Amino acid sequence: MIDISIDKKIKTYKGISRLVIKTHIEKYSVTKVFGSSGSGKTTFLKILAGLISPERGIITVDGEIWLDTGKHINLSPQKRQAAFVFQDYALFPNMTVLAHLNYATSDNELIERLLQIGKMSPFTAHKPSQLSGGQQQRLAILRALAMRPNLLLMDEAFSALDDDLRESLIADIKFLLKEFGTTTLIVSHHAQETAGFADHSLKIELEEK
Amino acid sequence: MEWTPIWLSLKLAAITTMILVIIGIPLAYWLSRRSSFLKVVTEAVLTMPLVLPPSVLGFYLLLAFSPNSMLGSWLLRYFNISLVFSFGGLVVASVIYSLPFMVSPVKSALAHLPKSLAEASYTMGKSKWETFYRILLPNIKSSLYTAVVLSFAHTLGEFGVVLMIGGKLNGITKVASIAIYDAVDSNQYHEANQYALVLFAITFSIVILVFIFNKNAAKGPLE
Repeated sequence: MIDISIDKKIKTYKGISRLVIKTHIEKYSVTKVFGSSGSGKTTFLKILAGLISPERGIITVDGEIWLDTGKHINLSPQKRQAAFVFQDYALFPNMTVLAHLNYATSDNELIERLLQIGKMSPFTAHKPSQLSGGQQQRLAILRALAMRPNLLLMDEAFSALDDDLRESLIADIKFLLKEFGTTTLIVSHHAQETAGFADHSLKIELEEK
Repeated sequence: MEWTPIWLSLKLAAITTMILVIIGIPLAYWLSRRSSFLKVVTEAVLTMPLVLPPSVLGFYLLLAFSPNSMLGSWLLRYFNISLVFSFGGLVVASVIYSLPFMVSPVKSALAHLPKSLAEASYTMGKSKWETFYRILLPNIKSSLYTAVVLSFAHTLGEFGVVLMIGGKLNGITKVASIAIYDAVDSNQYHEANQYALVLFAITFSIVILVFIFNKNAAKGPLE
């Protein structure tokens, strides 16, 4: 279980607002994070990953303290190892598809499975610039899954995939997440995009200061 | 025509570039991260050689290296090194003079990489160092080549600073650019022409190299 209580100042065009979130996320669940544009969804995921620090907050994951600003505890992203699917994919231009997965894991059997699930087997020697938008997004998802993460954070991770591909991918990913025992949060703008994937939802909105 | 000045110029440029790679790349990385007042001041100081007349820089370095100065006397007393009118002094001065040519392109390339590249690597448990040499550096390769080549070429063409702190000692500090000046000064136009032609050929090839590197520059997937 993940317990979250955070308070982060965010600069918006209206001035300074606050992102205040108090919630707990059940283990092995898939939670859809939604809210209007600029409401801090990506910031929230980055806080969980340790990439952004809130002014105040406590995050505990299965009893382990990841963040406690009162006690000056703030685990680095390296220690948290929350797999992150970035909205801009954050693929490494210098690496081939296979090199991306090798960077995340040395488990070749898992890499084989992931390549099949993502229908990426024919492209192992391709670099990101040689892939289509949908292929790039799938690679970003596969790279995150290759970590066998306890916590998976997905930022608009299915936006570039067509309906059929998304549905088959979601079914396969759900199977893997169960096997890994992964807790997932997914940011999405469209209800349809996470249909059949998320079983919980969390609304995020900024508070006026 | 004597080849020693050409050889000295190439040696000076090669050693300077090597030192610049070692100190310039970490410096560029440090500067490319979040800015602070200290970084602004550091960057301004590093940029000064770009805008200062070389003779001004050379003059201050001459004062600093002279055995009467604090730095000069300290170096002489504890290391028995005198940087004035020596090849070592030329190297130190060239490093300072060409530093912005190494730091600036590398810093700018690092700052333009999407932040998420390093972030993705960190969440995968990779250290800052591993992220730097496996993700960041390989993705700014063309800027690195450009920086190296420009630093080399800039050092090769150095004149004012070298003349101020090195003079024109045969075989020690008389580099090609000084040899041209010296030849013209003593009416040896034919010799000056030969040095000039060699320098022209070398620098022209270097500039061609820069264009070739930039043409094949790796592009980001979203560009």
